[in-house]
Amino acid sequence: MPDGQENIPFLLHELIPQATFFAQVVNRGILGHYVATASLATGVYETFNNFAAVPPEYPTVFEYFRKDLNRPASDAWVIAPSNGFNRIGESGHRSYGEGLGARVILPKRLLASALKPADTVLYEHLLRDNYETPLYAPDISGSHVELHELAEILRLSVADFTAHAVSLASPDELSVYIARRLMRQVAPSMLWITLHDIDVAHSGAYSLYLQGIQRSDRLCAQIWETIQSEPEYAGKTTLFILPDFGRDSDTDPGGNGFQHHRTGDALSRTTWMMVLGPHVRQNTIVDRPVESVDLVPTLGRILGFATPYSQGKPLTEVV
Amino acid sequence: MLPSQLNPEHFQAYPPEARRIAIRQLPLLRQLPLSYLPLLLRELIAYDWKFPAERKEIDDQFLYLGPMSKDQLAETMHPFSEIRLSPQLQNMDWVNQPVRFSEDFSAYLWQTHQIDQFRKASIDFIHGVHAARPEQPPPVPRLGLVIVGQQVQATSYPLFRKLRPYGVHFTNVVASNGRETLHSALIQRAQAHPIPYAHWYIDGGSTQILHPHIVCVSYSALQPVRNLLLKKMIATIASGAGPEALRTQLALMRPEDVGLPDQGEQAILSRFQLSLLTEGSGTQIFSTTFVQWAAREALRRAQPLTLLTHYTPRQRDAEIRPLEGEVPVTDPQASLIDADMGAYYTWINQQRLNGAEQSSFLVWFEGHREALAIGPKLPRAATDANPISIADLLGKVT
Repeated sequence: MPDGQENIPFLLHELIPQATFFAQVVNRGILGHYVATASLATGVYETFNNFAAVPPEYPTVFEYFRKDLNRPASDAWVIAPSNGFNRIGESGHRSYGEGLGARVILPKRLLASALKPADTVLYEHLLRDNYETPLYAPDISGSHVELHELAEILRLSVADFTAHAVSLASPDELSVYIARRLMRQVAPSMLWITLHDIDVAHSGAYSLYLQGIQRSDRLCAQIWETIQSEPEYAGKTTLFILPDFGRDSDTDPGGNGFQHHRTGDALSRTTWMMVLGPHVRQNTIVDRPVESVDLVPTLGRILGFATPYSQGKPLTEVV
Repeated sequence: MLPSQLNPEHFQAYPPEARRIAIRQLPLLRQLPLSYLPLLLRELIAYDWKFPAERKEIDDQFLYLGPMSKDQLAETMHPFSEIRLSPQLQNMDWVNQPVRFSEDFSAYLWQTHQIDQFRKASIDFIHGVHAARPEQPPPVPRLGLVIVGQQVQATSYPLFRKLRPYGVHFTNVVASNGRETLHSALIQRAQAHPIPYAHWYIDGGSTQILHPHIVCVSYSALQPVRNLLLKKMIATIASGAGPEALRTQLALMRPEDVGLPDQGEQAILSRFQLSLLTEGSGTQIFSTTFVQWAAREALRRAQPLTLLTHYTPRQRDAEIRPLEGEVPVTDPQASLIDADMGAYYTWINQQRLNGAEQSSFLVWFEGHREALAIGPKLPRAATDANPISIADLLGKVT
C-alpha cells in the first residue's frame, strides 16, 4: 500500500469506488485557508489578505444559486471552522452580495457562547480557532441571540447542544454534528462544510496531523452516509469532496514538509477531488489537470444557474 | 526610496560589522533591484549575530556579484528586475526594516501571482552563486545522530519507514549504554575538530553536554524564556492586536526581552534560540516540534559537522499557556511518531549540505533493538538482524 494510504481507509475503500476521482486539482491562488476557500466558493482566485475579516470580492456560488434560481435564505448554508470564515457566505459584489448569500454557522462560536466562561478552558480542544499562527487565538466569544436562533432552527435545546458538543473530540466532529442536524431539520439544497482539524499540522506534531487526517477520512464517510440515509437527500444529492490546497513537499528547502503551505511548490498547489452522486460515473479516475476554480461553474452546470464571473470551466466528466 | 539613492548614513542603525560591510559594498548595493536588495539587507542587518557558515553565504553573494560589469549585473538581476512592486513597498523603510519589508513583499507576491516567478528567480540566483563560489568539502564527513522514543515500552508504529530505502534497518541492536555511547561520539568529534559551531547537541528535555566545542540547546532549559514569551504573546492578543501585529512584535523581540544574554559570543546563540521560539510554529508548545525545528535551523544556518538530537516525550495537550512549575501530562507514543518524522526531516536537511554523498546518519529507538543507519559504505533498503552494539553501529556508519 503506498505510504500514507493506511490513514484514509474510508476514502479509499468506500468512497472512491463510488466516485469520479480527479487526481490533479491545481490551485493557482493564494495558499491561505480563508482566501483559498473563498476562491473555491467564487470560482475566482481571490487576492484579499487571508487574515482580514472581509467578504470575497466576487459573487459566491451561494449567491449565483439563490439569485438565479430564486431560492430562499434557508436553502444555502455554510458550516465553517473558525471565526475568520464568518464572511464567506456572501461577497461584496454590487450585483449580488447583501441578502443573497448563504447563512454561515461557526460551531465553535456557538459553543463558546453556550459554555460558562470558566468552562471554556476545559473545552479548549473544541474551541481552538487558528492553527496557522498557533500563538494567535482570536476572540471566539459568541452571540446568545445567534445561539438561541440556531437552537430553534435545529430544534435542539441549548442545553442538549452543549451536552452533546462537549462530548465530541474535535471541532470538525462538532461541525459534522451540526451539519447532520441541519440536514435533518432544514434540508438545505446547498450545504458547504469546511473541515479544519488537519491544519493542526502547523503545530509541527506529525502524530496530531495523522489524527486529523484519519478523523477527516471518517467524517467524510459519515457525511456521505447521512446523505444516503436522509429521505430529503437520498438518491438525489451530489457530494464534492476536495482539499482547498496541499502542503509543502518534504524536500522543498523553503518549507518544512507537512507543517506548512508556504512555498507554493507543486505539492502544495496540487490536490484531488472526488464527486459522488446519482448521475456521476463510479470508480472513474480523471487524470487530466483541472483547477480548483472549476468547482463553481461545475456546480452551476449541474444545478442550472449561471456563474458569469467565475474563471473556471465546468468539469465535463461530471456534468 | 530607490537603491540608487543609498548613502552611508542610511546604515547608521546597523550593528558595527553589518554597517562596515554595507558601506564597503555601497556601489554594488546601489545597482541592485528593489525586489532583491532588501532581502539581502535582511540577512546583512543580522550579520553580527550570524554563524560563520551564514556569514560566508552573505560574503559569497558579494564575491559573486562584486566583480561583475554593469551589463553582467543587469543580466544576472534581470529576473528580479522583472518583478513588479507596489508604491507602498517602494516607500517603505526597507533599509532599516528589511524583515517587515520581506513580509509585506511576500504577501504582495502571492496577491499579484508573482510568487512562482520570484521563486524561480531566487533558486536560479542561488544556483549561480554556488556555481561561481563552489563550496569546499567539510574537513570531516558530516554525521547526524537522532535518538527517538524515550519512555516508550513498545510500539506497533512502523519506525523509520521513510528512511529505510536509503540505508540499513538494524533490528537486533544491543541497547545498553546507547545514549552514553552517542554522547561520547559527539564529544570525540568535537575534540578532534574543534571548529566553532561545528558540533551540536539538541535535547527535548534537560540533558546538557558541557563541552567548549559543543553547542547545546535544551528545550527544558528554555522554559523560563518560553513562559515569558507566551505571557507577552497572550498580552498582545488580549489587547486586540491581530496576527500581523503579533508577528511584527515577535520579529522585533531581543534576547534581553526574555532574559537571555545578548553580549559578545553569547548573543549569537541567544538570538538563535530566540528565533527558534519566535519564528518556529509549535516550538513553544511541543518539545518534539522544538527539536525538529532546532535541528533544521542548526543544519540550515550553522551547517554543523556533527548533530546529535534527542527527542523526549512532548506534552499531550496543545494548550497555549505558560507552565508555571507544573509538570504537563506527556504522550510518549505520539512523541515517537513525531520524532520518527523529525528524524526523516533531519536527514533531508543534512543531505542539503555540501559533502552529502560522504555524510552519515544514524537514528536509534532509545532502549530498544531498532536503529536505521545510512552511510556511504552501507547498502540501501537492507535489513540486518545480527546483534550489534551502538558502538559497532557507529563504526559501520562512519
